[in-house]
Amino acid sequence: MKYTEDHEWLRVDGDVVVVGITEHASTQLGDVVFVELPETETQVAKGDEICVIESVKAASDIVAPVDGEIVEVNDALADNPGLVNEDPIGEAWFFKMKVEDMSQLDALMDEDAYNDMID
Amino acid sequence: MSDLKRTALYDLHVSLGAKMVPFAGYEMPVQYAAGVMKEHLHTRNAAGLFDVSHMGQVVLRAKSGKIEDAALALETLVPVSILALAEGRQRYALFTNEGGGIMDDLMVANRGDHLFLVVNAACKEADIAHLRSQLCDTCDVTPITDRALIALQGPEAEAALATLVPEVAEMKFMDVATHHWDGVDLWISRSGYTGEDGYEISLPAADVSRFSEALLALDVVEPIGLGARDALRLEAGLCLYGSDLDATTSPVEGALEWAIQKVRRRGGAREGGFPGAERILDELENGAPRRRVGLLPEGRAPMRAGTGIFAGDVKIGEVTSGAFGPTLQAPMSMGYIDTAHAATGTVLEGEVRGKRMPLTVADMPFRPSNYKR
Repeated sequence: MKYTEDHEWLRVDGDVVVVGITEHASTQLGDVVFVELPETETQVAKGDEICVIESVKAASDIVAPVDGEIVEVNDALADNPGLVNEDPIGEAWFFKMKVEDMSQLDALMDEDAYNDMID
Repeated sequence: MSDLKRTALYDLHVSLGAKMVPFAGYEMPVQYAAGVMKEHLHTRNAAGLFDVSHMGQVVLRAKSGKIEDAALALETLVPVSILALAEGRQRYALFTNEGGGIMDDLMVANRGDHLFLVVNAACKEADIAHLRSQLCDTCDVTPITDRALIALQGPEAEAALATLVPEVAEMKFMDVATHHWDGVDLWISRSGYTGEDGYEISLPAADVSRFSEALLALDVVEPIGLGARDALRLEAGLCLYGSDLDATTSPVEGALEWAIQKVRRRGGAREGGFPGAERILDELENGAPRRRVGLLPEGRAPMRAGTGIFAGDVKIGEVTSGAFGPTLQAPMSMGYIDTAHAATGTVLEGEVRGKRMPLTVADMPFRPSNYKR
């Protein structure tokens, strides 16, 4: 798993990368009540705001962690946004990306570095 | 947060795992370990305990000693009949300004030989200065700074509080009374700001922790933070001063006509005689150009404060409070729109992140209130 400063996790799964938010982020957000997902087949650049998460407290964005194409989104989150709190690093993945340059992942944090950041 | 004040319950909040945030000059619990959603639903299903000690408590006493004189004095500042407020009763009131706007909203109770006022935390210094400057000839204005204020709200509130103070079961909505628990005098009203049955209890700050702990020891009572309080009051259609009302908003724009009794309106025995009467009396007869309404967005995305509201291409208003309603299981908002579009059922659009989404003008409360009348 790789982590971003925006509290996303990335898991390489064959030729795609699965993206979600960390347990720490889901706890900080509070109860999630709405998730807006990107369209599939969208080309995104690192830093693009591509998802919106609304919690009982506020709205937050999820940005594209690397350059690539959205190939699948987790429609289950539209019906059951609370999954983001229940299982943020499992069932509540947000989208899968086809990444142009996998070496972009090398610049991201590993688990230890992420845990240091949130301490 | 060193310049922030703390209520007498600060240590208890921290020991209960509260997340403390700045609010109206105080460090207040926004949520406890359970989180906003669970706290909200617990209040709707059982009983929630709220610390509202940041709010201002003020005693107003006529120098003559007669409650009628205090009532008539206060009527010069609010468009509300205070004289008709019977002993042991409370009602909602508004301080208005010369422009007919609302300076603050408050609760006024007749406690026999004096009036007891509860005002908003952010406005309390200004309210007390206003009362003193306007009423100093006839009344003594005494801020009550040594008492805490807590609220117990929800369908189990009566049963829970009655285990400590059996007399509260006899009280009706908006009754006020003094009762006692373990030698402590409790100034109790059967009221609150969640749309639920419940009580607000003023008691000496020195005793509030042990009284709160006695309530929290009951299975049905959990502590509830400001996060849940905001969605609870919004579901109940209750406005929040500073968000939904301000110094430019008139009572008619705010859809608060119900708070202005006939006796203070045109043709009434004590017509006018409050700041801004000219505008307010006129609007009571002829309406105001904009109005506070309930708004139900389509879908699940909340439309929060600041969301623009459109009829076709024309911006006709703005959301002033919006959230996801845990009991409604849907988003809800309130805001101000041109009165021409304010009829219940009118479909408008709100602009969220550059996209227009339908929303419908709706009656409030968004869910039925459970007051014990």
